[in-house]
Amino acid sequence: MGIALIDTLNSDRKWDVLVIGGGNAALCAAMTARKAGAIVLLLECAPKHFRGGNSRHTRNLRYMHESANNYLTGPYFEDEFMEDLMRVTDGQTNEALARFTIHQSKNIGEWMSNHGCMFQPAMRGTLHLSRTNAFFLGGGKALINSYYAMADKLGVTILYDAEVLGMEIRHGKFYSATVVSKDVSHRLQAKSVVVASGGFQANLEWLKTYWGDAADNFIIRGTPYDKGTMLQVLLDNGAKPVADPRQCHAIAVDARAPAFDGGIVTRLDSIPFGIVVNKNAKRFYDEGENFWPKRYAIWGRLIAQQPDQIAYSIIDSKSIRLFMPSVFKPIKANSIRELAQRLNIIPAVLEKTVSAFNTSIHHGRFDPLELDSCYTENLTPPKSHWARPIDSPPFFGYSLSPGITFTYMGVAINEKAQIVMEDGTLAPNIFVAGEIMSGNILGQGYLAGLGMTIGTVFGRVAGREAAQYARN
Amino acid sequence: MPEINTLAEAERVMTFCNACRYCEGFCAVFPAMELRRTFAEADLNYLANLCHNCRDCYYACQYAPPHEFALNIPKTFTELRLETYQKLCWPRSMAGVYRSNGLVVSWITIISVLIVSLLTLLFSGPAKVFSTHLGEKAFYTLIPYAAIVPLALILVGLMITGSLIMAYNFWHVTGGKLAQIANLQANRTALMDALRLKYLTGGGYGCNYPGEQFSMARRWLHHFVFYGLMLCFVSTAVAAIYEHFFHHSAPYPFLSWPVILGTTGGVALLIGTSGLFYLKLRMDTIPSSSHVMGMDVSFLALLFLTSLTGLLLMMFRETSAMGTLLMVHLGFVVAFFITMPYGKFIHAIYRYASLLKNAIEQKI
Ligand SMILES: Cc1cc2nc3c(=O)[nH]c(=O)nc-3n(C[C@H](O)[C@H](O)[C@H](O)COP(=O)(O)OP(=O)(O)OC[C@H]3O[C@@H](n4cnc5c(N)ncnc54)[C@H](O)[C@@H]3O)c2cc1C
Ligand code: SF4
Ligand code: SF4
Repeated sequence: MGIALIDTLNSDRKWDVLVIGGGNAALCAAMTARKAGAIVLLLECAPKHFRGGNSRHTRNLRYMHESANNYLTGPYFEDEFMEDLMRVTDGQTNEALARFTIHQSKNIGEWMSNHGCMFQPAMRGTLHLSRTNAFFLGGGKALINSYYAMADKLGVTILYDAEVLGMEIRHGKFYSATVVSKDVSHRLQAKSVVVASGGFQANLEWLKTYWGDAADNFIIRGTPYDKGTMLQVLLDNGAKPVADPRQCHAIAVDARAPAFDGGIVTRLDSIPFGIVVNKNAKRFYDEGENFWPKRYAIWGRLIAQQPDQIAYSIIDSKSIRLFMPSVFKPIKANSIRELAQRLNIIPAVLEKTVSAFNTSIHHGRFDPLELDSCYTENLTPPKSHWARPIDSPPFFGYSLSPGITFTYMGVAINEKAQIVMEDGTLAPNIFVAGEIMSGNILGQGYLAGLGMTIGTVFGRVAGREAAQYARN
Repeated sequence: MPEINTLAEAERVMTFCNACRYCEGFCAVFPAMELRRTFAEADLNYLANLCHNCRDCYYACQYAPPHEFALNIPKTFTELRLETYQKLCWPRSMAGVYRSNGLVVSWITIISVLIVSLLTLLFSGPAKVFSTHLGEKAFYTLIPYAAIVPLALILVGLMITGSLIMAYNFWHVTGGKLAQIANLQANRTALMDALRLKYLTGGGYGCNYPGEQFSMARRWLHHFVFYGLMLCFVSTAVAAIYEHFFHHSAPYPFLSWPVILGTTGGVALLIGTSGLFYLKLRMDTIPSSSHVMGMDVSFLALLFLTSLTGLLLMMFRETSAMGTLLMVHLGFVVAFFITMPYGKFIHAIYRYASLLKNAIEQKI
């Protein structure tokens, strides 16, 4: 162990601010606290190669801005932002905090650029969000790399492979954290702490308490390190929970995806162009209910409710080029029967399902960019748009699993990112940021790019407040 | 261990990227990839040669090794480029030279220097070679003008023929039509992209070279090499014009165009090649391929030595060392031209062809 590391882990040393986590929220907090003059230690449980949590899988963030710039094509005002947020959460939000977040997000891109973030101009793949969302050049990992470089330059001490297992909290006040680094446990003291350790979606045992064995068939899209250990510690110490613990953002991913960390590439966008059946070869939901960007995030949950948490997207050759290319090749067959055999579902039933679907179609004008007039009649469940007969071989099938992006439950906070306890008091020196508190703003639903917005806004607030507490 | 099939690996990598597209702002490869859904050999040969090896997409990739998807585009594409060099080589029988290129280029250089020196000594005699010669035509008293001109014409002719045939091979296998080569607007775009090294700017921030930090160092050093080489060519051309049309022979005065251009070019080449070599020593080896190390280094070394001997010749041309320096410099120059299409230089030909194809298909 190097001198520097021994000094870092010295239990007599008292840090100003400990930051637990190594994703977007943690880095924003660490840089802000350091700039405010605090001596900061950031603890990331992942090894360096996998640093950055779910943030390394992201692509863009959404923020309020009143005019266009080099990478945003037009203004996005407070009211529109707020309306969007209210619509997707269906009111499941702390309105004051939501408005605060939007306010604080104003022109946040400038702050990000000053801290090393590189944005890219709107391009082919990014057009539909180009007014509201700014895209990171190279994606989230490039952003995280720049932030780590900047944090290091600013003088934040960074420790990888450093999992925090416990916190010493008495009457809502933080004293120290127990961290395991290279199999040795250390107790680290600090005047204040920022907890930015993400959600608990990578903790299958925890998910099982709500989902039962179904959770065994879940695929976790992001980092395996977001196990919610810190969330549990905070709740055990009397922090007030927010948002439904069963709620999670879940989409349809290719069933061949790895159990963790498959990221963006495993998602499948074929659903609106064909039908989706479960393992009994039966349809179970309207595949064409609305535009895909508005519906993709319900499919994880829908599949999670099917037997064995598996489903199959079936399309024909007319549709194979209509969606983003998939990373795994589809199963291909010249007849529905053969496709069913290869997908391991009952051929006769699938044939029946497909023919019932084909014969119920009202033939309108097909248009993938509109809510078109191709729909089914007298079919349950219906398909409301983009219904075209599945009759042109070759036929293609993808097996689908629920892919969990993140969980919603977190701890309640105020506008200083301070934890609110069950009894309504405030924890004086515990601040949280990112996914661990996003449930305050996103009680349900999702708005593309808001996860990073919440992490950036509250990371900065938490860093500032933690530094201020430490210096007084 | 069996060699993994480079083509299959490139296809795998592009399939991932096409489902992700996070890197589309870095370079031309990703927007070109997005025009495709599947990647046949022709597509991959094109994309690999369009890649400028800036490595930005390696450090930005959430799937880079040790992630189980283990995506490593710069390395994969470097190895695929090496395969295309071999596949498109003319004459076919020379394809092997790209494999152990460092060795091949070194031997050709040594032999070339030896032959030029031996011939000079044989025809002019040691006494003449090792004494001082002053004034106009001093060089030609040792190596006759009548020998240099045909030699130069043959070498340049071979170089151009080889390069053109290989460029044609590339155009053909990547599905290009002959008539498209004349597309003026596309050529203008491609030329600007090449002259500015647009795709070493990584969307405005530079390459991740030699390590994870963004830096313009590589781009600037490459500019030194490229424009240095251009200045040397122009210097030679001006000298040829002086000689041919004005009967004004080398060596030229220090304040003449050939010497000023040649010296500037030579110094730029020294800076560029040694800078690139220094970066190479410090580079992260994971996004690199060891198979091209010899090719890269031998090219840098040959350019460096050619420039160095040229500059020394200019400085010591009025001493008795002139004869020796002249033989050695000429030996390097000959080796440089012989190996041009059969070493690292060929990347310029395929890169330009790829940029042209890109300009055509993106209709810029
Ligand atoms: C595939 C994918 C794509 C996404 N795309 C976008 C997008 O484009 N835009 C957007 O806004 N959102 C996106 N999201 C959501 C986004 O990732 C999250 O909202 C955001 O990253 C949360 O940031 P965070 O810092 O709170 O958590 P994370 O980035 O997950 O960071 C948590 C960190 O805490 C560390 N940690 C956890 N437990 C401990 C412990 N006990 N001790 C020490 N360290 C610990 C982890 O290693 C990790 O570094 C995406 C998510 C996924 C999975
Ligand atoms: S290199 Fe990685 S991050 Fe970049 S486009 Fe490809 S898969 Fe995506
Ligand atoms: S290495 Fe650079 S030039 Fe090559 S594909 Fe990656 S980003 Fe593009």
